Amino acid sequence: MSQYFHSVRINVDQCLGRRRCLRTCPTQAVRVRKGKATMLEDKCIDCGECIIACPTGAIVPLTDPFGELTKFRHTVAIPSPALYAQFGREILPDKILAGLKKIGFDDAFDLSLACGEVSFAIQEYLRDHKGPKPLISNACPVIVRLIQVKYANLIDLLLPIENPRELAAREIKKKKARQYDLNEKEIGTFYLTPCPSKMISIKQPAEKGKSHIDGAIAIADIYGPLLASMETEANESYRKSLENICILGIGWAMAGGICRTLRLRNSLSVAGLTEILKVFDDIERGKLRNIDFIECYACLQGCVSGSLTVENVYISYNKILKLIETLESEKIKACPDIQDVRKRYRQKYYSMEGKFEPRPLRPLDDNLAKAIAKRKKKEALFETLPKIDCGACGSPTCLTFAEDVVKGEAVFADCVIQAAGRGCGGASSAPEAGKEVKTDET
Amino acid sequence: MSGDTGLVQSFEIVGGSFSRAGNVSMAIKEILVELGVEPSLILRAAIAAYEAEMNVVMYAEKGEMTLHVTPKLIHLRLRDKGPGIADIELAMQEGYSTATEEMREMGFGAGMGLPNIKKNADRLDIFSEVGKGTALDIFINIAAKQKGDS
Repeated sequence: MSQYFHSVRINVDQCLGRRRCLRTCPTQAVRVRKGKATMLEDKCIDCGECIIACPTGAIVPLTDPFGELTKFRHTVAIPSPALYAQFGREILPDKILAGLKKIGFDDAFDLSLACGEVSFAIQEYLRDHKGPKPLISNACPVIVRLIQVKYANLIDLLLPIENPRELAAREIKKKKARQYDLNEKEIGTFYLTPCPSKMISIKQPAEKGKSHIDGAIAIADIYGPLLASMETEANESYRKSLENICILGIGWAMAGGICRTLRLRNSLSVAGLTEILKVFDDIERGKLRNIDFIECYACLQGCVSGSLTVENVYISYNKILKLIETLESEKIKACPDIQDVRKRYRQKYYSMEGKFEPRPLRPLDDNLAKAIAKRKKKEALFETLPKIDCGACGSPTCLTFAEDVVKGEAVFADCVIQAAGRGCGGASSAPEAGKEVKTDET
Repeated sequence: MSGDTGLVQSFEIVGGSFSRAGNVSMAIKEILVELGVEPSLILRAAIAAYEAEMNVVMYAEKGEMTLHVTPKLIHLRLRDKGPGIADIELAMQEGYSTATEEMREMGFGAGMGLPNIKKNADRLDIFSEVGKGTALDIFINIAAKQKGDS
């Protein structure tokens, strides 16, 4: 059953079967069986909504513990730019990077420059691109998984440009190995992540065999020690502290940041899974063909609002926005040299190392005639159900329950309303009914 | 492989209801995905269904779309009560549209509807009576395509 790696773990002992996750999951990947939540591995896209919804804390993100550092001869922290948004106004990136070195990393690498390079590479790619549009950013692993699982037709629209964190880790390993005369395997690269989904792109990349990153540590886990290490530092001048920060890269931390800092005119930024589903449906119908590029994030404000961050998401979003505005008004141009980027772009330095492949859900049956028969059975079964989506059976909706029964994964007797003999009531008393029953309204 | 192997499902479309426009074609797409129909065929069916649905929403009073799937064929049957199409040949030309200014402002009525349906269908039958309504029958072959693929 472990064909797919997931960054979401259910602690069975702590699960009380309260079904919040069941109702929250946007891809209907949760089932409650024998009183405990379980995950359908092929349907889960690692968005982490269930982690937030669980009232007993039984669903936990899987990240690496901070102690993993000792396994390597030399360790480098690669913080997501979202880390810069976690602290007050006076704690700027240079201080944060210095703090990381104090708490145990041999070095800390500012990712904003690599993000800036990739922004430029995206610009180059968009200019040369003659194929179907709009292209979709691959920065958010949840979006990549969503397309693999539910939108196979859009897979060629995923931008085939490598992620900044992967490029940076690749480069760091090479450089440090040379510098310290070590094997690349002895250099540990750790991404400081705002969300659990980055974990899946590290442990099981969608497009290639192995990631260049050795581990992902939650920003929330490192926040305490990091904050303590920085308190004694004296303030430097505001402008000086920002001198090495690339404005293009800072934009990667928030929804709309790439489009804004590149000044892309004909591009959109979409955040939040429900909105993204609507936009992807529109793309499938060919409605957004005139848009060049879409920046997509599963989290509402982009990476600053990832579930493993600490600061209030509006405050952190604002902090990134302020950083961008300051860099703009101070005319700080610590950006990569575009000529260099162009040269390396032509040498395919930024090209994706592998290719995204669809990962479609299993149909009702591999044989079409049998699938049709099962679908008819499912419809007939659904008609006899109460249609109140109570979730007591352990499936999220009456429709998914009917599907589970037809697939042999549940039995009809699991419907407690049926069993109680009260039968086909209306949807009037249903708490969140109707919303998820998409396929049939008759 | 007679009629009883087929799946038949009907959906109502309300004219002028832009807020719900697209729901029918979405439901049809989800059924085809569940059945495991080849993705490129699903895409063609979904686009044809969407265009047909939008035609009803924009011009007709009401309509009904029926999806009929057999292991060999996807058949989308559309019947609407509406103004009908006076000159079908003209309506089949790309860019020809009777859409109002408001519709165009919303991004509709580019005159691509019927041509787009035809492009995505293996066969398209149209029958229309002015003042009464329009009947569309859209056919997409499954067997031929899936054999050719594997």
